[in-house]
Amino acid sequence: MALRESALFNREVIAEIQRAAREGVYDIRGFGAKRRLPHFDDLLLLGASVSRYPLEGYRERCDTNVVLGTRHAKRPLELDIPITIAGMSFGALSAPAKEALGRGASAMGTSTTTGDGGMTPEERAASKTLVYQLLPSRYGMNPDDLRRADAIEIVIGQGAKPGGGGILLGQKISDRVAEMRDLPPGIDQRSACRHPDWTGPDDLEIKIEELREITDWEKPIFIKIGASRTYYDVALAVKAGADVIVLDGMQGGTAATQDVFIEHVGIPTLPAVRLAVDALQELGMHRRIQLVVSGGIRSGADVAKALALGADAVSIGVAALIALGDNSPAFASDYERIGTEPGFYDDWQEGRDPVGISTQDDELAARFDPELGGRRLANYLRTMVLETQTLARACGKSHVQNLEPEDLVALTVEAAAMARVPLAGTNWIPGTPDG
Amino acid sequence: MATGTEPVVEVVDLAQTPLRDLNARLHAAADGPDAPRRWRVSNPGGRHAIAVGLDAPFEVDVDGHVGYYCAGMNQQAVVRVHGNCGVGVAENMMSGSVVVEGNASQSAGATGRGGLLLIRGDASSRCGISMKGIDIVVRGDVGHMSAFMAQKGRLLVCGDAGDALGDSIYEARLYVRGAVAGLGADCIEKEVHDEHAAEIRTLLDQAGIDDVDPTEFRRYGSARELYNFKVDHAGEF
Repeated sequence: MALRESALFNREVIAEIQRAAREGVYDIRGFGAKRRLPHFDDLLLLGASVSRYPLEGYRERCDTNVVLGTRHAKRPLELDIPITIAGMSFGALSAPAKEALGRGASAMGTSTTTGDGGMTPEERAASKTLVYQLLPSRYGMNPDDLRRADAIEIVIGQGAKPGGGGILLGQKISDRVAEMRDLPPGIDQRSACRHPDWTGPDDLEIKIEELREITDWEKPIFIKIGASRTYYDVALAVKAGADVIVLDGMQGGTAATQDVFIEHVGIPTLPAVRLAVDALQELGMHRRIQLVVSGGIRSGADVAKALALGADAVSIGVAALIALGDNSPAFASDYERIGTEPGFYDDWQEGRDPVGISTQDDELAARFDPELGGRRLANYLRTMVLETQTLARACGKSHVQNLEPEDLVALTVEAAAMARVPLAGTNWIPGTPDG
Repeated sequence: MATGTEPVVEVVDLAQTPLRDLNARLHAAADGPDAPRRWRVSNPGGRHAIAVGLDAPFEVDVDGHVGYYCAGMNQQAVVRVHGNCGVGVAENMMSGSVVVEGNASQSAGATGRGGLLLIRGDASSRCGISMKGIDIVVRGDVGHMSAFMAQKGRLLVCGDAGDALGDSIYEARLYVRGAVAGLGADCIEKEVHDEHAAEIRTLLDQAGIDDVDPTEFRRYGSARELYNFKVDHAGEF
């Protein structure tokens, strides 16, 4: 009789039960959700034909610039492309990796973002436009950096773990990381999940007022949320006074989170975008408050579809690290030595990254060349922009932001319901009054 | 009446002047060598974010009650509130000092990284939450969850402390003269050695408190049992 694997207790499940029985503690890892989820792959763009006409792919102009923070800030961010670099901490990443993110983003005229651990001088120097995160932990928070920043992002949650705080395990709490965070070296840092000095949207509004007063109303204030009760969270962020809302779907990456959290909390990016746009439109704030979407953005196709659903820009994290060199086949033998292989490495929490990105080990970090990494990231961003323009021109758009839901259809019933675009070949949008 | 020898005091009446103008003037004056060093704010009316983001050796007296985040992220300045404070007074203070003549609401001195916060009345819950180097002296009592996740600095309480004091504390030092309703996870009582006795005297001196016996304080800090995750401690969270 042939061997028959259980669908319920497959090899992965069996291995995890055995690991849990052996270790007595949940699995912590990096990367993002690995399960199959409804995503932008389940949407298609309708290229122009007789009923619409396209733009010449190589000749006619298709602009990509975007301005973030037009609601209240004196100095909104003017970006050349609608793809930004998401917040990732020095601590989770090495200093050269953070520098490379700044170099790559600056080369393409876009922004990068600090993370849970403060702003490093290397990162500030390498980043033409830098968004400074204000997190529950407030590690490294200081008013000088606040004034040095180009925008301020109040982090309420992230897609990999809405409702959870940051984790940085002891092996990555080097002396420099410890000093920046005012923590003892080598401890397992588990950040708070709530802010220490405000609770709820009414307090948040007052907190935003304070930050604006400190920085003389110059900086755009972003609010970052992990996708869960997205419609209400976005509406409350609008009420609290956000200039920009950053929405991170459950596919969003993390440097260290419990696997059970990554895979089972939050909603995918696809329905979250729709819900966020609903809230903004109902409040009359769509395009007046900008929406930045992250969580599983990999290509120009993902960018075009997110913009078509109503986002003003997207943000990338995991994809940016891969562009820098994460999971590179060039390090196959090093990966093998730590029990993994290129394409599978997700133990970013361990600090043993052979590429030198997700580590605080000086020798490993020294392997990483920030100039080369920056060039790779710029190349990747350039490719995504070209792809986005190609798709936008095919839909007849002279600016990528002119893409619209009408340009989309869905391949699956689920995606049609979540994104609220018709199932391909039909007029059917499940879940709507006519559906 | 002012005379030529008295320092110039810049008076800002918040009943007449928008808050934005006050903070903008305080920020702009930090760069001016001839700017007034002493400021008096009248009619604060419970407004939020009064005198925030200062970065100059100014003295600012606020005559009345203030709302949230008064003197937030203060650097160098001495801010005195002649009244009560709302949430988060002197949050994330870097240096200088903030004196509250009345009581303070929750999260006083939250995440502060330096300077001295003196509260002459009582402080509500979460006083010194996530403190990172600030010194906080409270003449009265502090509420529950004070010094939650406190990383660095000193919290000295002349009265009583509420429940769950110092929950998940790191290296901050806590001194309490009165009763402690309960200690949070990983917070324990520790012996007061000479070094700590000297620290208590110094904090009382800095606060100008001379009617309290420094030997009556007890010390609390981290047991450091939760610094690295061990499954056997999971039940303590």
